[in-house]
Amino acid sequence: MSNATVVVVTSGKGGVGKTTTTAAIASALAKEGYQVCAIDFDVGLRNLDLIMGAERRVVFDLVNVVRGEASIKQALVRDKKLSNLYLLPASQTRDKDALTEEGVASVISELRMYFDWIICDSPAGIERGATLAMRHADEAIIVSNPEVSSVRDCDRIIGLLDAKTKVAEDGGRMPKHLMITRYDTERAKTGDMLATDDVVDILSVPLIGVVPESKDVLKASNVGLPVTLSDENSTPAKAYMEAVRRLLGEEIPVTIPEEKKSLFGKLFKGRAA
Amino acid sequence: MNILSFFGKRSESASVAKNRLQILLAHERADNGTDAALISSLREEILAVVAKKIDIDPDAVRLEMDRDGDVTTLGIDIELPSARAS
Repeated sequence: MSNATVVVVTSGKGGVGKTTTTAAIASALAKEGYQVCAIDFDVGLRNLDLIMGAERRVVFDLVNVVRGEASIKQALVRDKKLSNLYLLPASQTRDKDALTEEGVASVISELRMYFDWIICDSPAGIERGATLAMRHADEAIIVSNPEVSSVRDCDRIIGLLDAKTKVAEDGGRMPKHLMITRYDTERAKTGDMLATDDVVDILSVPLIGVVPESKDVLKASNVGLPVTLSDENSTPAKAYMEAVRRLLGEEIPVTIPEEKKSLFGKLFKGRAA
Repeated sequence: MNILSFFGKRSESASVAKNRLQILLAHERADNGTDAALISSLREEILAVVAKKIDIDPDAVRLEMDRDGDVTTLGIDIELPSARAS
């Protein structure tokens, strides 16, 4: 029996930071020394390869593996920096039914033999791709922005996690973690943005991390590095690394790393805005 | 740091992003699965040649492609059985 843990990163809504979170968490776990595989389930619109900087080296993909056209080992793309981090890319096919339930089940069960952590990047929506991404998960990371539509969609996803997954069908309860991204401390303080406590209250899912809105996320994606690898001292990197320690079972209080204000920022604070 | 870069020259990472996208999209627009088919057949043939001399595990042959602006490189990694095992 393997000790692998399969984690789905999901949200319902698009553009909240699932792929950024998947890449950041997967590489932070790899930096801790674990064997890690990140899988992109967004068939037709893959992007995890681009965020992880592996796009030039993709040959085979998840659909090739499911159809038996390539073995898993051939399709896995090794990270250029961390030799214990791998990516299983999604396919660019337009065929919506390219992934089958049985195919995904066998891919996950084979990956469980090679890896300690398998991080599944879910597509947006509640269609087939999203349900297949969560199907075999042992735990879920729910990504939300502090914004009404994102929180509402997370609530629908939580419903699916408790109904449509293998864990749920076997009578278990899927452990869930809430990751709040694009958080703006200043705006939450002034009451212009939902605070972390508000989101936790509404969704009743324990918080695993709060990632502040940061220009470092865009910068990291520009150069194709997960934000936890591009600049370890950036606020999002710190937030993700803290979240990983919690995922590994450490009980530490959630802090919200803050951007250091420039001298200009301090001088003009309160005058602009 | 010169005075130009101090006053907001275009960020370095944005030009990296543009370059990466140009390379990627050029390949994606042109590709119709030929890379995968080529790699598959190359792998089969290389495996057959090597297997004549050495007893290897089919899974121990890895082909890696790296597409750059003008050049695409192909890396072949063959794990040889250790002396003790053979």
